[in-house]
Amino acid sequence: MPKLIRLHGQAADWANDSFVLVGEEDAVPASGDVILSLARFQAEGAALLDDGRSVGVVLESDQAVEDLAYDLPRLSLVALRFPKFRDGRAYTSARLLRERFGFGGEIRAVGDVNREQAGFFVRCGFDAFEPADGSTPEQWLAAAHRFRHVYQRGADGREPAFVERNG
Amino acid sequence: MYRYDAIDRAFVQDRTAEFAGQVVRRLAGEITEDQFKPLRLMNGLYLQLHAYMLRVSVPYGTLSSVQLKKLAHIARTYDKGYGHFTTRQNIQFHWIKLADTPAILGELAMVEMHALQTSGNCIRNITSDPRAGATAEEIDDPRVWSELIRQWSAIHPEFSFLPRKFKIAVTAAPQDRTAAKLHDIGLLLRRARDGSLGFEVIAGGGMGRTPYVGPTIREFLPAHHLLSYLEAILRVYNRHGRRDNIYKARIKILVAQLGAEEFARQVEAEWEAMDRPSVDAPDTELARIRGFFNPPGFAVLPPKSEVFEGAKADPAFARFVRNNVHAHKQPGYAIVDISLKAPGETPGDATADQMDAIADLAERFSLDEIRVTHEQNLVLPHVRLDDVPAVFATLKAIGLSTPNINLVSDIIACPGLDYCALANARAIPVAQDIATRFADPERAELIGELKIKISGCINACGHHHVGHIGILGVDKKGEEFYQFTLGGSAAEDAEVGKILGPGLPANRVGDAVETLVDVYLRERKDGERFLDTYRRTGLTPFKEAVYAEAH
Ligand code: SF4
Repeated sequence: MPKLIRLHGQAADWANDSFVLVGEEDAVPASGDVILSLARFQAEGAALLDDGRSVGVVLESDQAVEDLAYDLPRLSLVALRFPKFRDGRAYTSARLLRERFGFGGEIRAVGDVNREQAGFFVRCGFDAFEPADGSTPEQWLAAAHRFRHVYQRGADGREPAFVERNG
Repeated sequence: MYRYDAIDRAFVQDRTAEFAGQVVRRLAGEITEDQFKPLRLMNGLYLQLHAYMLRVSVPYGTLSSVQLKKLAHIARTYDKGYGHFTTRQNIQFHWIKLADTPAILGELAMVEMHALQTSGNCIRNITSDPRAGATAEEIDDPRVWSELIRQWSAIHPEFSFLPRKFKIAVTAAPQDRTAAKLHDIGLLLRRARDGSLGFEVIAGGGMGRTPYVGPTIREFLPAHHLLSYLEAILRVYNRHGRRDNIYKARIKILVAQLGAEEFARQVEAEWEAMDRPSVDAPDTELARIRGFFNPPGFAVLPPKSEVFEGAKADPAFARFVRNNVHAHKQPGYAIVDISLKAPGETPGDATADQMDAIADLAERFSLDEIRVTHEQNLVLPHVRLDDVPAVFATLKAIGLSTPNINLVSDIIACPGLDYCALANARAIPVAQDIATRFADPERAELIGELKIKISGCINACGHHHVGHIGILGVDKKGEEFYQFTLGGSAAEDAEVGKILGPGLPANRVGDAVETLVDVYLRERKDGERFLDTYRRTGLTPFKEAVYAEAH
């Protein structure tokens, strides 16, 4: 089972992950929290939610967050997959989830997820990570906070340089 | 010039520390070359045929004397004593040791420089007019906006893993010296009828194997919305640009496939949906940046200089003035171009000693400023007319007084097979051969403006598509061949050149260029440049002459 790092404000630690990622071919387990693909969610999600189950959706990097817009208030988490380190589409997805759709649940980075991306993840609104490079929460946190200043607004609420300068 | 404040300084220090840590991990074997590659690329470090190459960012082509001296020092200490100025207004060092890179980045940080985002699929160094702040042609100072974009794009959280690299040009003069229409985004400063400032926005231009002159996607964008509009363009591109094929991943392909109108519609829709005030920089920040680009203390001088006029008695000086010296907006001043294209030399190369000497000249005579042009030359932007003879004398002493700006021997060439692992053919020796053939300055002046651009492969780093004469290295069964294009332009009348005919073997390239020039001299009418004659006559006379010889 992949290990999960979760961010709490300025801290990060190992998290107990109650969610099970349901494979494309697998049946949904009889109980417990699940993460479904977009297609499976559209077919089976409503029933699960009506049963009071906690449900998350994993989006591939070519799937649009807009397709989830009306369901977001009922979702516990959205996992965004990085098929490769260099595929940066999910950064946009995360920002849209936070800034345009006001999603307050967990946004989890899965796939080719490495410490060197930590700063980008955090700035775009991710707050949970399945590191593929064996990073510890301490290493993750250090990597995420390498820069004392930033130059643009992101989804993390940090003040950009042009605000600091006026302050 | 822009000066770092405490925030900018801390940012570059943090970046240098980050990369130093990554290099230590690589040297200790904690990370593989595969894992290291994207990290070093974010810091401008390439692995080339013979060694590492470090590309240092020269922000929108502006340098101070201290910065140029630091580059000279790096060339001397960590390289073989020279550096190479690129078509992106940057400088490259081709013989770097990995273990030295943290030290080099540390040295650069001391003079407010870095190698950040000079490679990788991110927003690269901003291109701007090398005559900014010196030419009377411009309606605003493009450096203000270039600096704003530089900061906004620095480690952008959303746009650092784009489908492909991304280049932005800003210009404010009707004469385009930035190749704006061949950038991923070209920003042309405009004034509305009410006097307010804005941009004509061009998107989807580019070279490479499918060259496009970019279409205008917005006629007038109010200037204070620049960052939010850029963010909208980048977001549409980041989401929808192709990632399955490296050759189709640039924004030009997306714009061409959607059509300029549909692309513009998607950008506008994204922009409408965006919380613009949170993205756009406040007026206070614009004013702060603008303050750094106030006129740098020009003296009040008569518009004519007797010293300057008198020196023209020397024909060599007079020739230098005709070709390398340009009008300045301030009476009594001139813009002086320094050609890095001495016949027989590598286009764009400068030795450490030359860099030091130019830095001294700038300090004494050009209000401490130097510019880099995308045509791989340097500029002293603010020289008193009285001082031009002294500047010329020094340049002559260090071998940099070649009076060939925009002439046939002012050739752009990529590094080609001498350095680049992707090359099909050599580019530098071809440039050297052509420049040597046209080394007679009298003949070169007679021929007039003629831009030759050479690339060693279809990636087009030598901008061959937009050369008046373009030369592209191709591989024919393991042999170096060269394909000619005619009629390209990177300026305000941007156009992609047309293929002349079948590729030529290396030993015929120089003769072919001479033939093309002869046809032009034969056909030209009063005042026509090579490009004008070509546009009037079309390919045929040129083609006939070059291929007639083959039989
Ligand atoms: S055009 Fe080709 S050969 Fe020349 S530098 Fe670019 S990649 Fe290398």
